[in-house]
Amino acid sequence: MGQRSIAFSVLIAATSLPGSLAAQDTIQPIEQGIRIGVTYQPGVRPQMLVLGGERSHMLDSARAILTRDLDFSDEFEMISLPEGDSMALWIDRSNLAPGQAPFVNYSLYGVLGADFVVDVAPVDSSLRITLYDVVGSGPRRQLNLAGGDPTERNFRLSIHQAADELVRAVTGRLGVAGTQILFVSRGKIYRADFDGHGVELLSTPDSSAMSPVWSPDGRKVLYMEFANGLGPLFELNLETKERRVIPVTASTLNFAPTYHPDGETIAFSRNTNQGTSIYTYNLAADCCLQRLTVGGLFDNLSPTYSPDGRRLAHVSTRIGFPQIYVMESDGTGQELFAPFEYGVSGSSNGPEWSPDGLYLTFHRDVSRTPQVFIMEVATRVVKQLSSTARNYDPSWAPDSRHLAFVSTRTGSQQVWIIDSETGRVRQLTRLGEARLPAWSPRLPERTNQ
Amino acid sequence: MRNTLPISLGAALILFVAAACGPGTPPPPPEPDPDSLAEAQRVQDSIDAARAAREDSLRRDRERLEAERRAAEAERARIAAETARVVEALSMTVHFDYDRASIRADDQATLDTKVAILQANPMLTIQITGHCDERGSDEYNLALGNRRALSAKQYLIDRGIDESRITVSSMGEEQPLALGQDEVSWAQNRRDEFAVMSGGTELRMPSMM
Repeated sequence: MGQRSIAFSVLIAATSLPGSLAAQDTIQPIEQGIRIGVTYQPGVRPQMLVLGGERSHMLDSARAILTRDLDFSDEFEMISLPEGDSMALWIDRSNLAPGQAPFVNYSLYGVLGADFVVDVAPVDSSLRITLYDVVGSGPRRQLNLAGGDPTERNFRLSIHQAADELVRAVTGRLGVAGTQILFVSRGKIYRADFDGHGVELLSTPDSSAMSPVWSPDGRKVLYMEFANGLGPLFELNLETKERRVIPVTASTLNFAPTYHPDGETIAFSRNTNQGTSIYTYNLAADCCLQRLTVGGLFDNLSPTYSPDGRRLAHVSTRIGFPQIYVMESDGTGQELFAPFEYGVSGSSNGPEWSPDGLYLTFHRDVSRTPQVFIMEVATRVVKQLSSTARNYDPSWAPDSRHLAFVSTRTGSQQVWIIDSETGRVRQLTRLGEARLPAWSPRLPERTNQ
Repeated sequence: MRNTLPISLGAALILFVAAACGPGTPPPPPEPDPDSLAEAQRVQDSIDAARAAREDSLRRDRERLEAERRAAEAERARIAAETARVVEALSMTVHFDYDRASIRADDQATLDTKVAILQANPMLTIQITGHCDERGSDEYNLALGNRRALSAKQYLIDRGIDESRITVSSMGEEQPLALGQDEVSWAQNRRDEFAVMSGGTELRMPSMM
């Protein structure tokens, strides 16, 4: 309890500061100072309770989605009480005079172990979500949502976004519940919500497609489709549903594309008569195909840009089997990136640079079985994240902390999600097979998708 | 035909006699002139002979045409069978070790056969498609399949085949032959496939085979 009381005293100090809470989107290590919000040691997380309340289809759905999103943020210990939905815990909003705040039983919630409680209440036909700070005995954040039909996509999205705001209100970090994940199943590209709901086909029904990636603004998807032994790249506009072929890619097999952070250039792997090389192309100007790597005796593939666009990590087989290398964005300065033990470490593939620039993820064979790794860019320290069955093709969430990846631990290829901080895993897909996931960036406001 | 003239003559005689045997019996017919009979017979015989000769000639023509037709058909069938055998030899897959693209020693004979076929059929062009087993990154396997196809192509080029006759393609791990998750299945899937691109309707087996 000692650690917790330290944590809460910090919190109280923070809330007595003038001004509103600042939102932070990057992870700050503990030793650099005190975040505004709860400071806690790893393994000691705030206890979160979502209160029951007046029942309706909309309210029940909102509470269920919210609870799941807060749980999946991996930032809280979720409290579930045997009588968690008991009316004794509800906040009573009946018979309130205008402007009168309801009674919130902070001491009862504190006895139950909660650090924060969340209340979902109807206001006319809309919703009000309130986050209460139990120790601080006051409301921390309140969100008003339009409400609506809980079977509609927009409703779920608004709840996801509210959950993300609640996570930020407690930790200073915006959650990722309002993001989406692309994946490939039986040759088709699908998109799913963060909680696995709403799987939707994006490529054409007769396609044989691979390698989907998001544009940095989250509005477009770039991918490859097989056609007569060739592999042109296509760009799909998610709002207009228009799809166009990238002209210079129609005559060869191209794959594993990625956008430059400016959204205007793409880099991709291209099969040629001298093997596979990395090329760039200016999409915005529709010109300027450029080869970055020299082929010949070995292959270069799977480029991924650093968030400042200045470097590209990629795969190279120059030592006879694939490992992770890095180069300047013009192709110069190629050097080994992810260290390995010659004769011990297996092949490495599928790199992706984290959105905050601090990490690289990839998969590497351990005893001929691929496992998910992350490497801290500054120190080149490599850490293995998985060990059971085969795990590969990792993709970062915009929080630079969660990863989507493929695992065969259930017997078939499915997309799973792992939290690189706590190691907690959960399954995202339950289709026949699912592979090549790509986690979206923060998404723009959407209206009718 | 040669028997019907006497028959018709006889029939005419009988009818004449029958007609003559009614009331008011007509006088008996005059005796045929033996010379004119012989003359008529000779004429008939020569007509018969000419007809027979024509029939023989027509029959021989038909038989000759029939023989030619059968011979042409047999030749087409032979060419088709030979082409099929050549395509079969051309389509034999070569296999690879895990994460390798080098041609194995035991596949060299298969590739040498393809070299001979390409040399014996100058209009033939082929496509080589490289494949991988399901292990390894899906995207890396597209590059590895390409390497496997290039490897076979280089083998053929090194033995004199013009590179413009060979197209290279990769399907990575996307088209497995065997669906099992064991070494036997994986070994079958690590392969190059060879297919006719053009010039393959009539193919000659090279003389070495």
